[in-house]
Amino acid sequence: MPEMTLIEAIRQAQDEELARDPNVFITGEDVGVRGGVFRATMGLYDKYGPNRLIDSPLAEDSIVGVGIGAALYGMRPILEIQFADFIHPALNQIISEAAKMCYRSNGEWTVPLVIRAPYGGGIGGGLYHSQSVEALFAHVPGLKVVIPSTPYDAKGLLKAAVRDPNPIIFLEPKKGYRLIKGEVPEGEYVVPIGPARISRPGRDLSLFAYGMMHHYALQAAQKLESEGIDVEVVDLRTLYPVDKETILNSVRKTSRALIVHEDNLTGGYGAEIAAIIADEAFTDLDAPVRRLAGPDVPAVPFSHPMQDWFMVNPEKIAAAARKLAQW
Amino acid sequence: MDKQTGLKLYHEMVLIRRTEEKAAELYQQGKIGGFLHLYIGQEAVSTGLISARLPQDRVITAYRDHGVAINCGLPAKEILAEMLGKVTGVSRGKGGSMHLADVSKNFWGGHAIVGAHLPLAAGLALGDLYQKQDGVTICMFGDGATNIGYFHEALNLSKVWNLPVLWVCENNQYGMGTAVDRASAVSQIRQKAEGYGMTNSRVDGMNLVAVREAAQKILSEIRNGSGPQLLEITTYRYRGHSMGDPERYRKPEEIHLWQEQDPIGIFRRHLLDNGLAVEAELNAEDDAVEEEIREAVIFAESSPEPQAEELFRDIYVEA
Ligand SMILES: Cc1ncc(C[n+]2csc(CCOP(=O)(O)OP(=O)(O)O)c2C)c(N)n1
Ligand SMILES: [Mg+2]
Repeated sequence: MPEMTLIEAIRQAQDEELARDPNVFITGEDVGVRGGVFRATMGLYDKYGPNRLIDSPLAEDSIVGVGIGAALYGMRPILEIQFADFIHPALNQIISEAAKMCYRSNGEWTVPLVIRAPYGGGIGGGLYHSQSVEALFAHVPGLKVVIPSTPYDAKGLLKAAVRDPNPIIFLEPKKGYRLIKGEVPEGEYVVPIGPARISRPGRDLSLFAYGMMHHYALQAAQKLESEGIDVEVVDLRTLYPVDKETILNSVRKTSRALIVHEDNLTGGYGAEIAAIIADEAFTDLDAPVRRLAGPDVPAVPFSHPMQDWFMVNPEKIAAAARKLAQW
Repeated sequence: MDKQTGLKLYHEMVLIRRTEEKAAELYQQGKIGGFLHLYIGQEAVSTGLISARLPQDRVITAYRDHGVAINCGLPAKEILAEMLGKVTGVSRGKGGSMHLADVSKNFWGGHAIVGAHLPLAAGLALGDLYQKQDGVTICMFGDGATNIGYFHEALNLSKVWNLPVLWVCENNQYGMGTAVDRASAVSQIRQKAEGYGMTNSRVDGMNLVAVREAAQKILSEIRNGSGPQLLEITTYRYRGHSMGDPERYRKPEEIHLWQEQDPIGIFRRHLLDNGLAVEAELNAEDDAVEEEIREAVIFAESSPEPQAEELFRDIYVEA
């Protein structure tokens, strides 16, 4: 099986979906001639031409709005927002329009739309190029929120997203674009939107994570293994709607839960998982549900030491898991 | 323009260029991280424009802000320190290259969300109108920024409210990798002001004198109650959008063509031809800049990094 990077898997998924369905097209800033800021569409302009890779003006709200309109028409748009930080001007179209279309029309109007956005810190991007935005969208019924963490899942989930008849927020951990490598089979496959994945079975403690933090969680688990702590790692993959069953089954087995994300703590996505566990697996717990998240500060600062203090890393995860295992 | 002003403005332009060349070097050495957007080629725009402002005039711009910061009087050493993420930087290392600011110099910052600072500029200008002050807010942005709704909303509102704001579009021919006419329905950005009934003009941004004279005239008109105006300044960035840009969207010949009209060269010739300076004086300015940069790099590199507590500082002010 060929090994490839996360970004290459994303590029390949888009390539294959463009080839498969003539209604699929891509728009966004610099997705065409330039091949995308992170090169997620590199080479596709030459292959599919300007009608299918449409360079858009700098106008996020309209990029999304036009995508919704085209989706209503029956097209299958893939939209690229250059950085998740720039999705905020488009919140109105996403939350008020895309998410509500199906509901307001009693299922008649559908919005098969994928909005891709690189998110997260750790690349020195500073205040406005490092944000995590998943909690905003995982609060909005009518949207699906997907965050892949491996090249295999990135490709399979993105292909599933393009074929899904609903609006999907597809967030990509940009720090992992070239850092994360993995095997991707040749030929057609999809990874269904919805199910979480146990990426490392264990008995002592359940570690829930996604995106870059999932990799750090695996590294932490490996470290703890040598200390005799057997950690189960769950890659959530789809944040909304969430796979309660996998989460609850894992906690029932290990009796301890730690949720990790780099977005800040308060009102973060981890709170929802903690609430689900407290609600439905209370009697199975041997310890309080714990969250490890980015600190409650408004943005990721630029300076390297400050960024490092902000970011969750394998050492911080291992420390939190160790403490919980000993509780 | 008198001799002293001529030499000062020449100094500023050279200082911008050398600061950025040094920054590019430090970036390539891995000492500066993240994103770095150079202004090289566009120096005459901010130097000419800001030389025309009065102290009460506020300046606000986008992320390509090193030149503007220098023209507003921020020391090169504090700018380089900021790029290196040092606590002695203009934003204590928290902001980095794109978010330089110093309100004591009436420089209201670089802003990284394209277009988002235009309504902010309108608000600053509203303050002057409301308080009956005679300041003008100078808001700079790129050609790409004129395609987002913020631009249109802010222009319209500023005209309806008759705000003392000068909208300055630096048309450097590209928004990232997209040429102006591939993203904008009109290729002269000034035409967009027409839709809001706003006085507008266009000037050659490779020529400092032309920019300065246009800005002086317009700023005084706005100060005297003309209402908002838009000034389009045509220019060109010699470097990529940011460091590491493969620049597949333009040809080297195009860059060379613009490099032949180098704004620093043009201004140098202007000073010489008009008897405002002799070669030796200009060379002395070049040397002074070299020395300033040398000291700035030592200052920036030897400055300490921020402490951990800085992360949690300034989230709120005391109520
Ligand atoms: C809202 C928003 N969308 C996209 C970006 C990414 N981006 C940064 S600069 C840029 C191009 C802007 O071009 P222009 O306004 O012409 O300024 P220039 O870089 O030429 O100075 C883009 C697309 C951003 N920072 N903010
Ligand atoms: Mg531009």
